[in-house]
Amino acid sequence: MSDARDSRSDLAADRRALLRGAGGLLAVLLAPGVTLYALGGTEAAARAPGEAVSPKVRWGLLIDVNACPAECDACVAACRTENGWADTGHSATDPHWIRKVSVRDPASGAAREVPVMCQHCASAPCVDVCPTGASFRRADGIVLVDRHICIGCRYCIMACPYKARTLVHEPVHDQTADAPRGKGTVEGCTLCAPRIDAGRLPACVEACAAKGAAMLFGDLNDPNSAIAKAVAARAPARIRADLRLDPGVGYRGL
Amino acid sequence: MIRARAMAVALLVSLIGAGSAIAGDGSGAGRTPRPNPPKAQGEACVRDTDVMRRNHMTLLMHQRDDTVHRGVRTKNPGTKDLSLSGCIGCHAAPGADGRPVSYADPGHFCRACHSYAAVSIDCFECHASRPAPAKTASGSDGTMPDLARDMAKDLSAYLDQGRDQTREDGR
Ligand code: SF4
Ligand code: SF4
Repeated sequence: MSDARDSRSDLAADRRALLRGAGGLLAVLLAPGVTLYALGGTEAAARAPGEAVSPKVRWGLLIDVNACPAECDACVAACRTENGWADTGHSATDPHWIRKVSVRDPASGAAREVPVMCQHCASAPCVDVCPTGASFRRADGIVLVDRHICIGCRYCIMACPYKARTLVHEPVHDQTADAPRGKGTVEGCTLCAPRIDAGRLPACVEACAAKGAAMLFGDLNDPNSAIAKAVAARAPARIRADLRLDPGVGYRGL
Repeated sequence: MIRARAMAVALLVSLIGAGSAIAGDGSGAGRTPRPNPPKAQGEACVRDTDVMRRNHMTLLMHQRDDTVHRGVRTKNPGTKDLSLSGCIGCHAAPGADGRPVSYADPGHFCRACHSYAAVSIDCFECHASRPAPAKTASGSDGTMPDLARDMAKDLSAYLDQGRDQTREDGR
């Protein structure tokens, strides 16, 4: 463990070097205002085996609403496959880890379909209200439900202003190995924590890269990361910014 | 609850001990019925069989907190993989169709002892009780080189076909 801790600063240095390197950051200018980004994969995010997540990192998403075509649902489909959730035939209680929400500006008539998932709030109301401690914020900013201790009271569902969580109402079988889910517990976007822990991108971001390339994922705390640079260049909009929950998910073009 | 479960398993272990003392031939066919868990794949478990019989639930409990709260998913230094999916992988017992059986089947590894000792098991209300079928190769695992290749492909397609219709407005 002490070895792992000693090597942490080396790791951070490595990561910065990687991000500067040719393989770390890919930004392709397609046309004025249309830019594709991808964040460095495996090595960039990897921790030493056995090392806990670090509060030095804060994972975040930046979503360019204008680059997200209305008919596309690649991110939603990818999340369903990755995490094994599906419609149950009861639309009122169907799970939704991520959904496309239609928004329209009445003044201009401009309409968009915005991908909305758990916003991984720094001041998360779901964590505040949870009576068991099942709803918690991981050191690296990812908000999760520990289903081992969730009692299914659904306080967090009521507290979340983003409608990001759902309760599993039906028995589930043959879940995916990385996304255990079962009746009577609450669930929501995990930002694909198991994939992030393995140095991979969230499933939605990976799927989106092949379609609208509207999603940018990375470490908001690393000034050299693509997402931190993009956020610094132009402050992103937040949904319900008035609540000042400091979400990890930001939007452009909202 | 946890203590009750641990005691039940301790009881189970002593029953297994008593069973072998009576049956003696190790076949499970004595006066006392004995659980007969299917044989696992792999060379050795993460701990000795004795330790696993008594303490597997403690190891799993420790690992689950490490994984969920601290994001530790790989093996800890100096130890083997303690994840539940690791257990499930080695202890998968194939059914009649060749596919590993789920906990619903009496032939499931965990079920052999847990049914015998009448200890209910909560793990499989959320966790898969058998390994997922092998994934078909998708071509990309989402890491940088794959994505870069895919995006380069997209880029050339985009340049070939001219302006992308989906980007026509809002820019
Ligand atoms: S979006 Fe909702 S579920 Fe996610 S952290 Fe914020 S309050 Fe919690
Ligand atoms: S449903 Fe579960 S995670 Fe949500 S508040 Fe209740 S115990 Fe906490």
